[in-house]
Amino acid sequence: MKRAFTILSVLTALLLVYALYQALVVAPTERTMGEVQRIFYYHVPNAWTAFCLFLVNLLASVAYLITKKVKADALAVASAEVGVIFCTIVLVTGPIWARPVWGIWWTWDVRLTTTLVLWLIYVAYLVLRRFSDSAQTPVLAAVLAIFGALDVPLVYFSIWFFRTQHPQPVMGKGGSLDPQMLHAFLINLLAFSCFGAMVCWARYRLEMLHREVDELHALESLAGSESAKPSMPLQRSSR
Amino acid sequence: MNSLWDLTLATLVKDIRLEWRSKDALNAMIFFSLLVVVIFSFSFDPNAEESRQIAGGLIWVAFLFASVVALNQTWARELRNQVLDAYRVSPAPPNSLFLAKALGNFLFVLILEAVMTPLFIVFYNLRALGPTWQLIPVGILGTWALVVNGTFFAALSLRTRSREIMLPLLLFPISIPAVQGMVEATRIILAADGSARFWIVLLITYDVVFTTACLGLFGTILQAE
Repeated sequence: MKRAFTILSVLTALLLVYALYQALVVAPTERTMGEVQRIFYYHVPNAWTAFCLFLVNLLASVAYLITKKVKADALAVASAEVGVIFCTIVLVTGPIWARPVWGIWWTWDVRLTTTLVLWLIYVAYLVLRRFSDSAQTPVLAAVLAIFGALDVPLVYFSIWFFRTQHPQPVMGKGGSLDPQMLHAFLINLLAFSCFGAMVCWARYRLEMLHREVDELHALESLAGSESAKPSMPLQRSSR
Repeated sequence: MNSLWDLTLATLVKDIRLEWRSKDALNAMIFFSLLVVVIFSFSFDPNAEESRQIAGGLIWVAFLFASVVALNQTWARELRNQVLDAYRVSPAPPNSLFLAKALGNFLFVLILEAVMTPLFIVFYNLRALGPTWQLIPVGILGTWALVVNGTFFAALSLRTRSREIMLPLLLFPISIPAVQGMVEATRIILAADGSARFWIVLLITYDVVFTTACLGLFGTILQAE
């Protein structure tokens, strides 16, 4: 387990370096947008990773409601937290690109708005987990995750009814993308997917260790042994 | 099925009787939304055409904020004297309790709307240019959309710290498509700016999806231990 994590970390580091080189040096400069287009190699893979992590969160939440396994809940926490970080990066890099290209920082377009609402829902999810430290927290959080997942398609359609300004996906439609650009993009996609998986894995292990420590503290205080340090808190205040 | 409705009705009648005697939620909601409307009309000073464009947004935001007042009281009442624990151990289906609470809140918010809408029309000199009768289905569907999720999230945040802050934090992000539906439909009807059909269909979809989800998951929330 530990060795697999080390291998993944090394692989991620190498991939990220190679991907950065590809995106900044090898890929040709876009004709109309210029250098600012290079943010695309960073923005889209981050969005992809964030959405994957939210999907993992949903699956883990459903799995938790069915099986009540602690591991599923720990995975749900980890994927939600890391997903919010990646989603934040997407919401920050988007406007940086939009300002020179569209001339505006933000527009209420379908993808932007859906991403923002998804971010809001998952921040609410994390706030719920932070504000509730009882034993029912995992169940409540899992239920909220399901509500969020039901909400996203509705948000998408309600905004889609307005006009949309976001650039349409360029892949698969006539293939107007330069092969070197595509290569740089795919490498970045892979690198950021690995990076997301690595961070999520690390957070998951941390969460499992936290729970183990909590459990040991609880057992210790139950046993009431003299050797147990009385100053140790029974439970972490935040989860 | 019969007993589900009987139990729902019994709980609903109890809640209405309690509300009738105290009028806590209704008074608080009406006064609160009155304040919101007055503050809005000081903040914006629109002419007739502008007010048609923004009135939908203002009125629904006022109702959304005001309904949170009632929703927060829904379950807090049952915590006193461990009534909720009694529900939990009773053989009554959890959904009858949920339906009763949701219907009760629905009724209270509808009363609020019935009182506030005329005031709103007076304050903003509103005159609808589109088919006015369509505001009734929009009002009913929109209110149910707010109330069904609101009742559910009020139950969900019951066991959290500072639950009164928790409810809007959970409810508002999930309600975004519903709020957009209500506001857009109201604006279109007031300004006669095309057809509100898409938004009414969106509200129906939202109501069906989330009513199903609430009924499917309420037992889990109530029994979560």
